[in-house]
Amino acid sequence: MRREGSPWQGLGVVVLKELSDHLTGARMRVLELLVVLTALAAVYAAITQVRDSTAQDPFLFLRLFTTARDPLPSFVSFIGFLAPLMAIGLGFDSVNSEHSRRTLSRILSQPIYRDALLFGKFIAGLATLAISLIVLWLLVIGLGLLMLGVPPGGGEVGRMLIFLAVTIAYAGVWLALAMLFSVIFRSPATAALVTLGLWLFLTVIWPSLAPAIAQAVVPAEDQAGLVITAQMLARLSPSTLFGETVLAILHPTTRTLGPVYLSQLQGAVMGSPLPLWQSVLVAWPQIVGLVAATILLFVGGYVVFQRQEVRA
Amino acid sequence: MSIPVIEARGLTKRYGTATAVDGVNFTVAAGEIFGLLGPNGAGKTTTILMLLGLSDISEGQARVFGHDPMREPLAVKRRVGYLPDTVGFYDNMTAADNLHYTARLMGFGAAERREKIAAALARVGLSEVAEKKVGAFSRGMRQRLGLAEIVMKDARIAILDEPTNGLDPQASIDLLELIRSLKAHGVSILLSSHLLERVQSVCDRVALFNEGKIALMGSVAELGRQVLGGGFAVEVEAESSDGLVMRLSALTGVRSVEMPAPGRFRMVCDRDLRAEAAAAVVAAGGRLKQLSLDQPSLEEIYTRYFQHAQEEARHAA
Repeated sequence: MRREGSPWQGLGVVVLKELSDHLTGARMRVLELLVVLTALAAVYAAITQVRDSTAQDPFLFLRLFTTARDPLPSFVSFIGFLAPLMAIGLGFDSVNSEHSRRTLSRILSQPIYRDALLFGKFIAGLATLAISLIVLWLLVIGLGLLMLGVPPGGGEVGRMLIFLAVTIAYAGVWLALAMLFSVIFRSPATAALVTLGLWLFLTVIWPSLAPAIAQAVVPAEDQAGLVITAQMLARLSPSTLFGETVLAILHPTTRTLGPVYLSQLQGAVMGSPLPLWQSVLVAWPQIVGLVAATILLFVGGYVVFQRQEVRA
Repeated sequence: MSIPVIEARGLTKRYGTATAVDGVNFTVAAGEIFGLLGPNGAGKTTTILMLLGLSDISEGQARVFGHDPMREPLAVKRRVGYLPDTVGFYDNMTAADNLHYTARLMGFGAAERREKIAAALARVGLSEVAEKKVGAFSRGMRQRLGLAEIVMKDARIAILDEPTNGLDPQASIDLLELIRSLKAHGVSILLSSHLLERVQSVCDRVALFNEGKIALMGSVAELGRQVLGGGFAVEVEAESSDGLVMRLSALTGVRSVEMPAPGRFRMVCDRDLRAEAAAAVVAAGGRLKQLSLDQPSLEEIYTRYFQHAQEEARHAA
């Protein structure tokens, strides 16, 4: 027998309420300020660097995102670091705070399904992240227009748009992870610590741990096997996937993200940029991986939440 | 008895090997106040959550207005208002905004919402603090705001979990008054509590829970007859000569006489024997100081029943 009524009933209401909570909350303002200030510093540094050196670059605008000038890292690495932080900040207490405020059973006794509550919270979180990232992205482009005085070409705009979408998907992974832990752990502090710990592990430790594990598993003579295994292991981390995608999208000359056999290079003009869709194709598995990770983590949280007891 | 609005048949909830609620049967008739009473952890809240479709039913059946809460939770939740044990609100929002949120979840339009919320807040006496943040509310005010939500919902059944828990005496009297007024508006009420005295005054019928089972069910007077061996308890306080016990026992209709303290007598009788007892005291040359008829109290019924149950268990062992 099917259950009666739509699981989406009340979804819009939950989304709007959560969104307004996020956008008016002090926590969001602090995160926003942090991200804007650091990112703009990175872009400003990049612009001065770009002006000095590469006047002839056909992808001048993309350099805004990828150029680093000591001591600041590039805008892309900043965002790769701060977007997860923002997502975790939004998601780590989304469900357990309803428990601790004892609002959960009251809300769920209204004529809605649990689906609407959890999905509404996720959508609201993702929308908040999307809004902030889009604003930031527009700021960067505006700053670039003002200070470089050159409008971006069509291909560049396309690449920047794809970069924006990928960044939102990347933030979505961490949001879904934070929400999963907010369902599992009743204490928001525990959930925040576990999520941040896992994020640090996957972002900082895992990329250097992956080759070591590969060496332990694959026989030393198999050089190609070693590289491929290490890369596969590293790609379990969303940060690796994000890094590779950004590399393919924002550096049009990137032809592959894995090891290349000599036969594959025949006829290739080294250093010449790929067309936009070819670059997307290069990073397609990574993009799909990011979206799939988001969906998987959300489904995990959903399953746990559906089975969870309502009472505190 | 009129048509039942809530029906539970063999309702059972298991957590792994532990059984929280074990084959519970009861019905709540339209317009009555039904109390689920029992110590903490006896399965009252679990029963309530199963009736609301917020917890899975391991075995048995529940019907709320003929709907199965497992399969048609929305139909059930549309008609039932729930006030959880220590209800929570969003502290950073005003009382009215909190109600606006739930009213939107219920699917009310904007104009309807404003009207209903204003009326509900007035009914529970919170109109003046409608625009205050809930963070500053006392426990009693939160409970009242929870009732306002049920009023706003136009619920036909109100399920209240430990409504007077943790309230000061005045606040809980006010709250019980509100509960009575809900009943006067034709709402059927299921309430749970471990505070027997408070609940006795409002409930039409009660079910006593113990370790997941309903031990006793009925009106307070019925339970009194059932557990305390029925009859009337007459308390006599008198400065007496010896042999008053004998004289009191000799009255027709007296089952037993005890002397809990010197000069105090407690008699269990088939009918109200106050007049006869007074005459007996005077005839014995004693001076009557006080004479009272005891209503059976739930507290007494409850303790007596569980004493019996424990003794029987000891005998069985």
